[in-house]
Amino acid sequence: MDFNAGFLIISVVKITAVLAWIYGLLWVLGHASRAVKAVGVVCAFAVIQLALSVRIGDSAIFNDFDQGLLFQACTMAMVSLGLNLIYGFNGQFSLGQWGFYGIGAYAAADVTYRWTDGDARGLLVLGIGVMLGGLTIWGVGQLLRRYAGMPVLSAFTLYLIGCVAAGAIAVWLGGALNGLLAPLFGTKGAPGPLSSAAALQVVFVLAVLIAGGFAAEVSFLFGLPVLTLGSDYFGIATLGFTIVINTLMVNSDTILPFPEMKGGRGMIGIPKLTTWFWAFLFLVLVIIVMRNLIHSSTGRAITSVREDETAAKAMGIDVAANKLLAFVIGSFFAGIGGGVYAHFIGFLSPGTFDFLVGFNPLIIVVFGGPGSMSGTIAASFGWIFFLEGLLRVILGQMGTEAPTWRFVLYPIALLLLILVRPQGLLGRAEWGFLRAPEVQPRTHDGPRATPVPAGK
Amino acid sequence: MSPTPMNDPENPTLRIQGLTKFFGGLRAVSDFDLTVRRGELAGLIGPNGAGKTTVFNMINGLYYPTGGDILFQGDNTVGMEPFEITRLGIGRTFQNIRLFPNLTVLDNVRIAYHPHAGYGMMDAVLRNKKFDAKERELTERAQDFLAIFKLERIQHELAKNLPYGQQRRVEIARALASTPRLLLLDEPAAGMNPGEIVTLMELIHFIRDQFDLTILLIEHQMRVVMGICEHITVMDFGEVIARGTPKEIQGNVRCIEAYLGKGAAGVA
Repeated sequence: MDFNAGFLIISVVKITAVLAWIYGLLWVLGHASRAVKAVGVVCAFAVIQLALSVRIGDSAIFNDFDQGLLFQACTMAMVSLGLNLIYGFNGQFSLGQWGFYGIGAYAAADVTYRWTDGDARGLLVLGIGVMLGGLTIWGVGQLLRRYAGMPVLSAFTLYLIGCVAAGAIAVWLGGALNGLLAPLFGTKGAPGPLSSAAALQVVFVLAVLIAGGFAAEVSFLFGLPVLTLGSDYFGIATLGFTIVINTLMVNSDTILPFPEMKGGRGMIGIPKLTTWFWAFLFLVLVIIVMRNLIHSSTGRAITSVREDETAAKAMGIDVAANKLLAFVIGSFFAGIGGGVYAHFIGFLSPGTFDFLVGFNPLIIVVFGGPGSMSGTIAASFGWIFFLEGLLRVILGQMGTEAPTWRFVLYPIALLLLILVRPQGLLGRAEWGFLRAPEVQPRTHDGPRATPVPAGK
Repeated sequence: MSPTPMNDPENPTLRIQGLTKFFGGLRAVSDFDLTVRRGELAGLIGPNGAGKTTVFNMINGLYYPTGGDILFQGDNTVGMEPFEITRLGIGRTFQNIRLFPNLTVLDNVRIAYHPHAGYGMMDAVLRNKKFDAKERELTERAQDFLAIFKLERIQHELAKNLPYGQQRRVEIARALASTPRLLLLDEPAAGMNPGEIVTLMELIHFIRDQFDLTILLIEHQMRVVMGICEHITVMDFGEVIARGTPKEIQGNVRCIEAYLGKGAAGVA
């Protein structure tokens, strides 16, 4: 047994530094002055970029392994923030987040994979499909508003028919447009404008956004009938969803018509386009959207559903619509996270999206504190760096069998946490930017001018 | 049963006709009629299990009636979702307080004002000018409601940490923030001491006048009912057994029987 104390110390310092970095990022984002905010965010980006690229001798401060952890932590933070919206804020116990993550990863990977192959159909079909699907859902929603009291399953059938039709149109339209674009790719010897690196970057960003949109639309169709179930049954149904998606991945080249996904053998050759810039950008965007949503009337309506459904109904809150909204936005975040993940790892295997691994986001949300965005982000980074980084390597040094002990150690850590701090590490506390904006005292003197009965 | 113009003082704010509710074979409410005029302070009383809260839950849309009509300002609300009924203008409180326990007092009230927020999700995500203006307006409206109930100082407390009496007041403030025309109060005085009850009675009068409300309340405390209600309906075993002014009800033999048992009327 060969134990390296120096490595342990360096790892702990790294974890602490990353957590401090998150705190600093959130603090700087929440700063009142716009100039400080802009400079601070650029600095936060640059610090990690430097740590990744500056080399002392032949080792960087953040080596390739740490870089992998960092990107993985970013995607995990996006997925877990989405789950926190669904579970922590809206109170719907969901195990489906991992399925939407997988959908996002495979969808985004397929778009860029085909693109590098000189095939624009991935982008065209999925892009048009997501747009048409969104329009269909919006249109059917407007139509249904006139017929109040339509049973959920009838509404669901209408939405489903609409989306399938939109998908069929997208496949036809994408195929037709692809013929027009094909010459622009050029050949191996003489690459056309669409084969350039810049075009690929644009396609990558589009692919990630489309993946998020696709995951969101699937979650809408799935959530519409299932969210009417009580919370426990909803949890089981979403677990089923994750398993179904996983099975589809395993059979993606046989049942589904996607030979490039190669089924259970795993999809290789995805262009590695995720740089620290993109990972950071998408993470910050997700954090901003999530925070702006939570600290608004819509966010309060979503939270009221968690607190008391009956009271929320009696206060004029459309409970069913708010559950669906939280579920769809949460899945959108998961899809984005999946897209970013696929393009940094470059290889997708159905094993990654197995439902057992799918408990990780849930553990992170519970660890950080359901209903605390800061807790979720900190726990995502801490979790990945601790479990994957520190523990795997430390135990790896202690013998070939030792890494398996991770799965003994982390349940013990979880148990201790639940016993000592059942509300999660941060409870409902928030850091910097994610704190609720301060409420100003009233400026006018409305009904106060009228006599008020004596009270305690 | 033609729709009535809502500003006509002669036409009732609420008219319930033949309302019936069965839970399986149990007849909870049968053939219940009630008319509440605009601006009236009406009471609904009866022994435990008489079906009063069931009536409230049907007016509010939480229960779907087995039969009958509920006309609110001329619109039949049967079959509407609870949130739609609330947005039409029926606010309510609950018998066992149902605040949002882990949210602040201010957020409790702001949630009730959500249908009138005036900005959408996109405005919130983009944090544009419209959001800033409307959110500020919304917050100040909520603070106005809290000021009326002298709750402004505790607006940042979590609702679950408040003493019982204050929780009741927050609940009424929250119901008012849903901007009702008709307010349903389900046992507002439950668990209050005599001093708090006096305050509550003044408060109910005050909000009725201040907000031009029609109020229907369920209550067990006879002091409250007899003190503030202008019209009382008495229920027992899901049926109306008497209706009239407080004076008339006090002398009604069937009411005394329902509360105290047969034969008690002679003794009392």
